[in-house]
Amino acid sequence: MDVMEAGGMDWMQNEHMLGTSIMAVVYDGGVVLGADSRTTTGSYIANRVSDKISPITEKIFCCRSGSAADTQAISDYVRYYISMHSLEIGEEPKVATVGKMFRLICYRNKANLLAGIICAGYDKHDGGQVYNITLGGSILKQPFAISGSGSSYIYGFCDSNFKEGMGRDEAEQFVIRALALAMSRDGSSGGVIRTVTINESGVDRKYYSGKDIPGFYEGW
Amino acid sequence: MTSIGTGYDLSSSTFSPEGRVFQTEYAMKSVENSGTAVGARCSDGVVIAVEKVYHSRMMMKGSLRRVHFVEKHIGVGIAGLLPDGRQMVSKCREEATQYREVYGEPVPGRVLVDRLARFTHLYTLYWHVRSFGCSALVAAYDAEGPQLYMVEPSGMLMRYNACATGKAKQQAKTELEKLKLGELTCREAVTELAKTIVNVHDSTKDKLYELEMLWVCEESGRTAQFVPQELIDEARKAAEDEKDREDDDDDMDDA
Amino acid sequence: MFGGQDSKQHTVQPYVTGTSVIGLKCADGVVLGADTLVSYGSLAKNRKTSRLMTVSNHCSLGFSGEYSDFQEIKSTLEELMISEYCMADNIPMQPRAIHQYLARVMYEARNKQDPLYNQLVIGGVLPATGEGYLGLVDLLGTNYESEMIATGYGTYIALPLLRKAYRPDITVAEGRKVIEDCLRVLYYRDARSIDTVQISTVTKEGAETTEPFKLETSWDFKKFKAGSRLIDESTW
Repeated sequence: MDVMEAGGMDWMQNEHMLGTSIMAVVYDGGVVLGADSRTTTGSYIANRVSDKISPITEKIFCCRSGSAADTQAISDYVRYYISMHSLEIGEEPKVATVGKMFRLICYRNKANLLAGIICAGYDKHDGGQVYNITLGGSILKQPFAISGSGSSYIYGFCDSNFKEGMGRDEAEQFVIRALALAMSRDGSSGGVIRTVTINESGVDRKYYSGKDIPGFYEGW
Repeated sequence: MTSIGTGYDLSSSTFSPEGRVFQTEYAMKSVENSGTAVGARCSDGVVIAVEKVYHSRMMMKGSLRRVHFVEKHIGVGIAGLLPDGRQMVSKCREEATQYREVYGEPVPGRVLVDRLARFTHLYTLYWHVRSFGCSALVAAYDAEGPQLYMVEPSGMLMRYNACATGKAKQQAKTELEKLKLGELTCREAVTELAKTIVNVHDSTKDKLYELEMLWVCEESGRTAQFVPQELIDEARKAAEDEKDREDDDDDMDDA
Repeated sequence: MFGGQDSKQHTVQPYVTGTSVIGLKCADGVVLGADTLVSYGSLAKNRKTSRLMTVSNHCSLGFSGEYSDFQEIKSTLEELMISEYCMADNIPMQPRAIHQYLARVMYEARNKQDPLYNQLVIGGVLPATGEGYLGLVDLLGTNYESEMIATGYGTYIALPLLRKAYRPDITVAEGRKVIEDCLRVLYYRDARSIDTVQISTVTKEGAETTEPFKLETSWDFKKFKAGSRLIDESTW
């Protein structure tokens, strides 16, 4: 405590943050996950091409927001525990199981964590699913989820443009447009857009940078 | 059993020169002293029936229950030493609870019996513990459909279409093999299993016995439930009447 | 953010929260009501989250406060009901027992300096007599029974209305209307509420929770429509 007050450990206060825009959407046949790529320490961009979409299993991924260190540690734990679990059950785990495991870790350690996670993927039992794990460790199953600092700017856009049972291309476009809007208004979000599309037949990663990111009104 | 009496049957942590573990085999023997238990996997679920022999004339009906529930969709029937069986049931409940806590959903039957078998097996490995003197018939219904398993004192686990254990297991198995399980519904299986238990029951030795049955089937909403008592009584009565008739016929033939 | 070397920060402020729950005890059962919103600060985080749950045939539960803590309580209760099921003794767990169980859970947590940030309203019926049962537990473990209970904003807005409407012989059907009225007023005056609600009724016949439905609201009073004009004596 004394050391910290003396200012010798102030680097501890400046954690690397994924002050982020992340989202995931269920479409007809699978899910699309999307994220920006900005990681900051304070207002300095520590990484301009981070990958905030991390694989947990073959067909289940998570989008991470909050403290980079915390969410990396959590997803490492979940990946490990879930790999053990899939050995026990002898098949690919369910998205619900992975979501609930994220929830358990976030909830049990809520006092020491700063993590907002969207867990999404595909399983043969329940198809494409999205789970939103919030700061306190609650879990919400949603048709689409947005999270991170940038998300607050796009609730309106998402509510007015989301449709249940979209096609794959439509869902991908929805994600890209939403993230582009969030990135343009949120200083803590930016860089490139990464998407991961998961369905029965497999996983597809896409990368949008520079001119590939849609532009909107920029009059003021 | 040439090694009997040579000291190789005293410890579960010592093999006999022929490569056998006698203590484990003795544990299985204690199951064979118990009332018969049978189970059948039908088209729409699983039924388990246990012949609960009364230890005393004064024992009250319903005590020393041998069929138990460990999760909403999983039931267990016990043959052998009942206290040992209850230990197994407790373990099952513990594992089911733990699975729910960690994975947020009910434990699949397959996972539960696997854990139960490991637990049982551990008790065959150390000199300072005694093996379980019981076998557990486990009925489950989940995403994988209806399942029937049996865990034996050795820790052996098998999945069955129909199985029997206890005193008259050989005779019961022969009867079960005659059933067309793929076509049978659980309601019909109640009658058949009651018949099996009644037929193999040795009325000269064990006069009083209770027939305990549980099922996990479509009719019970895929939850583990006791088979309704009226249904059991009816099935038992029918089976006993039939048996009496056959005995009479046999007597007549003899005459 | 960081405490001393050996201090562990336990009590965390609530993040995702639900607002008021209200309940009214009736002659033939009990009625609970709540909207379906969970908020993240002032953000309406999720507008279709059930804040009422059916515990058993004879008991329902509603919560206000932290959603993650409620989810934990909910799974604790589900676990309790499974062990109850496995007992298979044909003795249903009474609402009073569930109330007391929850009070113990909440009090234990608060004694660890790590309270579950909720107020829980337990509504039930005594299977033998069909008499209603209504109780509350809060984050400190405080627990009591009452004829009418409200949490959060409901204590200011709904409770007086419930007191006014209460009669010992009020029926569940009548109570339902009262609860709906209270939820409507709460929607008008609580900035963390919405007009999508659920109502749970518990009678001898069983516990039943409605699907979320929209409240009828009125905004068309003449003076509302007119707005303010120069000739008005003051602004409002």
